[in-house]
Amino acid sequence: MNPASDVLVVGAGVVGSAIAYFATLEGLSVTVLERGLPASGTSSACEGNILVSDKEPGPELELTKYSLGVWKQDLAEHADLWEFEGKGGIIVASRESSLASLNRLTAAQRSYGVDARELSTHQLRDLEPNISPGALGAAYYPEDSQVQPMLAAAQLLRMARANGARFFPNTKVAGFLNDGGKVTGVRTSAGNFAAGAVANATGTWAADLAALAGANVPVKPRRGFVMVTEPLPPMIHHKVYAAEYVDNVGSSDAGLQSSPVVEGTPAGSILIGSSRERVGFDGTVSVPALRAMAENATELFPFLNKVKILRHYHGFRPYCPDHLPVIGHDERAPGLWHASGHEGAGIGLSVGTGKLMAQALAGKEPDLSLAPFAPHRFGGFQSGSTTIQEACA
Amino acid sequence: MSSSQHYDVAIIGAGPAGLAAAATAAERGARVVCIDANDQPGGQFWRHRPEDTHPEDDGSLHHDWKTYLRLRAGFDAAAAVGSLCFYPGRQVWMAQREDNGFTLRTTASAQAGRAAPGPQTVRATQLVVCAGGYDRQLPVPGWDLPGVMAAGGIQAFIKANGMLPGKRFVVAGTGPFLLPVAANIAEAGGAVAAVCESADLTGWFPHLATAARVPAKALEGTEYAKSFLKHRIPYRTRTVVTEVLGSDRVQAVRTAKVDSHGRTVQGSERLIEDVDAVGFGWGFTAQMELPVALGAETRVDDDGSLVGVVDSQQHSSVPGLYLAGEVSGVGGAALAVVEGVIAGRAAAASTAAQSSAAESSAADVRLARKAGTYRAFARAMHLAHPVPAGWQDWLRPETTVCRCEEVTAGDIAAAKEHLCATDARTMKSMTRTGMGWCQGKVCGFAVSCLAGTEGASAESLRSVAKRPVSVPVTLSELLTLEDEQVLETTTDH
Ligand SMILES: Cc1cc2nc3c(=O)[nH]c(=O)nc-3n(C[C@H](O)[C@H](O)[C@H](O)COP(=O)(O)OP(=O)(O)OC[C@H]3O[C@@H](n4cnc5c(N)ncnc54)[C@H](O)[C@@H]3O)c2cc1C
Ligand SMILES: Cc1cc2nc3c(=O)[nH]c(=O)nc-3n(C[C@H](O)[C@H](O)[C@H](O)COP(=O)(O)OP(=O)(O)OC[C@H]3O[C@@H](n4cnc5c(N)ncnc54)[C@H](O)[C@@H]3O)c2cc1C
Repeated sequence: MNPASDVLVVGAGVVGSAIAYFATLEGLSVTVLERGLPASGTSSACEGNILVSDKEPGPELELTKYSLGVWKQDLAEHADLWEFEGKGGIIVASRESSLASLNRLTAAQRSYGVDARELSTHQLRDLEPNISPGALGAAYYPEDSQVQPMLAAAQLLRMARANGARFFPNTKVAGFLNDGGKVTGVRTSAGNFAAGAVANATGTWAADLAALAGANVPVKPRRGFVMVTEPLPPMIHHKVYAAEYVDNVGSSDAGLQSSPVVEGTPAGSILIGSSRERVGFDGTVSVPALRAMAENATELFPFLNKVKILRHYHGFRPYCPDHLPVIGHDERAPGLWHASGHEGAGIGLSVGTGKLMAQALAGKEPDLSLAPFAPHRFGGFQSGSTTIQEACA
Repeated sequence: MSSSQHYDVAIIGAGPAGLAAAATAAERGARVVCIDANDQPGGQFWRHRPEDTHPEDDGSLHHDWKTYLRLRAGFDAAAAVGSLCFYPGRQVWMAQREDNGFTLRTTASAQAGRAAPGPQTVRATQLVVCAGGYDRQLPVPGWDLPGVMAAGGIQAFIKANGMLPGKRFVVAGTGPFLLPVAANIAEAGGAVAAVCESADLTGWFPHLATAARVPAKALEGTEYAKSFLKHRIPYRTRTVVTEVLGSDRVQAVRTAKVDSHGRTVQGSERLIEDVDAVGFGWGFTAQMELPVALGAETRVDDDGSLVGVVDSQQHSSVPGLYLAGEVSGVGGAALAVVEGVIAGRAAAASTAAQSSAAESSAADVRLARKAGTYRAFARAMHLAHPVPAGWQDWLRPETTVCRCEEVTAGDIAAAKEHLCATDARTMKSMTRTGMGWCQGKVCGFAVSCLAGTEGASAESLRSVAKRPVSVPVTLSELLTLEDEQVLETTTDH
């Protein structure tokens, strides 16, 4: 048996790494188990936006505002490690109907304390000179920010290790240890690990891990493609996307949806995202997705027409049917905790999630109520502790 | 909606393997399409001056030009009767497998001399990938100075332009392919200050028996020896270039001897001055992005290169996908030709209405035996010319490893130590190695070695070879992509 710890974090994506770091700050002993290397899951197949702009008022927006505060205040001195940039976001409407929805959204967000400013086409052109002449109006969100997600995950993990956390890469969790219906650790390829609490931070694979403890956590993959252009001098200054994107984020449709999300990166290449479709873990290239993304991006920024893409990649967002993450203790399987299902916002939400989880794991009242994210909202109490797989002796 | 052309067999590449595959498949009745990024057939080995402006190329810079002319005659004859369609100057940037075969997306090639017309989409029942390879590079202090090239780059420059990219050269690395490069330089009127071969050629002795069974190769060897004598080219074995020196371009190189473990010998350093061009070649990397994108099974060969797994018919693990030439194992032009013939025959046979099994079996045996002989020779060559184990010792923290993104050896070491970046994929995420223009073609092997603990892992090499867009393509080209599915977007919400 490996040494026991207070908290065992399964998954070293951005969420698991954030939990590990903040748990060490709470004085807990922490072990992180990862089947691959740091950020080898969705955290290295995404973009690094921290957006308040695409959130409707509700618990997810609350969590976003909280998490943004953690990025900006708690982690201020480390901002350069993950290339934190408060570049601001702009939502552009190119149709009368979407302009009307955009205005409704900004009004609602403002009443929730979000800094959302309407832009005239004139002001829009001042901020983004290369925007399409077809833009009818826009909203500007100075709080929208971005990080380099792989570095965020790996650096948070490094900081956790510097505080004493142990890290086991290439270690896959294959089952749980239990004692009288309580989860007391995990079984892995590298032996058993005992812990006071096990945090499932396996992102898009969270349902599989939860199932090993008999708990239903209905996280499913929602595929997204991102295209990367050749490096260019700065042509796009903010994170710019189309008003239609906000509808897509909240959609539960399994079919392909694509609307432009365009941003420059410090390295000069432009990231063009992103499609959303539910096709399981199918990694084959989708011609319709690439074409739709190209169509939408060139509609927003006509100059992109002549720009070359060097590559594209895809990832699988951890998607929950009600579009809310799963965060907190699982009463159906005592000792098991969850922090997954952040869908297309897990980078932005990671550090807030990590800090709140750490507070709760340390037995404190978290700064923000985790009730809306409770794992047992999916029901299934009856299949709880009694079906936890027996540990191999 | 789609108006693309459908063929029995598509061949990517018109080098030794592709030419042979195309001519063979067409001769055996298949409707064939062949696509090559270059303006004219020949590939790396038989690259020659533009045929329209220099129709007289007599092959004097080439070996085995007779074979080229024979293959070319078959290729041209098939094109003349319409059983072969050749699209030069076009690159396949994406390949996909669908229910009834393969869909290839092509774009005008960046390296071709003129914008070449051709179909954007090509469909075929069988696909033979003969995409060849390129010189493997290792970083060394100063290798980013102007005047440093890949050995094959120097050769391609001479063959394509009929002139030299410098005056006084050092050619360094390992393998017999350094010899023709040096010979080409000398024959074109350049000076070769030295050829630095890291291997100790006694490594060949245990394998001479196999090598001797390849008479053409031996003959080639003596031809180079003659050329070396005639041009007084110093050939130094167990010697490596540990640094390229110069202020704004190459001026000199520092060399050192290596011991039998591939480590540099203290005190053996020498300076070679008045050098204005250096060519490096550390064996080859096969151009694997298309086979990898199509899901073909791969393996790490004796030379440390990632190559495709094939059966005796050059058939890969993907139904209908054949691999020939460097993509199924680096082994030189003669092997590439034999593999192309085998793949061309097999691909044509699997599309033909009735198979002519009985008639072909004797020929099959002959071809298989020939391929086996060449492969044994290639294996002997790989074992005799390893990448020296001590190459990482030449690096300094400030030595650039990824030139596109300017990532240094120090950056890589730090990410490995502090961020657990112990494979090439994670290294790319943490340091941007391989994210620039060349998408890791140049630094991929070196980064795989530097990130790993025991050399380049298969997993690292596979991640480096993963390039779903095999050549850059404009967004406007994506806009016109055809497909047969009905497209649904939410743009009109
Ligand atoms: C195309 C795309 C664009 C996106 N853009 C953004 C964006 O701009 N902003 C944003 O905030 N979010 C974005 N996201 C979403 C974001 O990437 C995810 O929400 C986030 O990465 C989830 O992080 P995670 O740590 O939960 O999961 P992961 O990063 O997937 O980490 C889970 C880890 O668990 C490991 N694991 C799984 N099973 C086991 C096991 N049994 N044992 C041990 N280890 C295991 C995995 O190997 C993995 O490393 C995007 C996603 C996609 C696909
Ligand atoms: C410096 C040097 C010296 C050499 N000397 C010798 C020697 O002395 N003896 C010997 O036997 N061998 C030698 N070789 C090796 C020889 O060149 C190769 O073994 C041979 O060319 C392999 O043939 P191939 O058909 O597999 O690939 P190649 O000749 O490389 O042909 C591949 C073709 O595919 C095309 N292609 C690739 N990708 C695409 C794409 N996506 N779309 C369209 N077209 C594409 C390329 O344009 C190219 O024309 C040497 C190589 C080099 C670099």
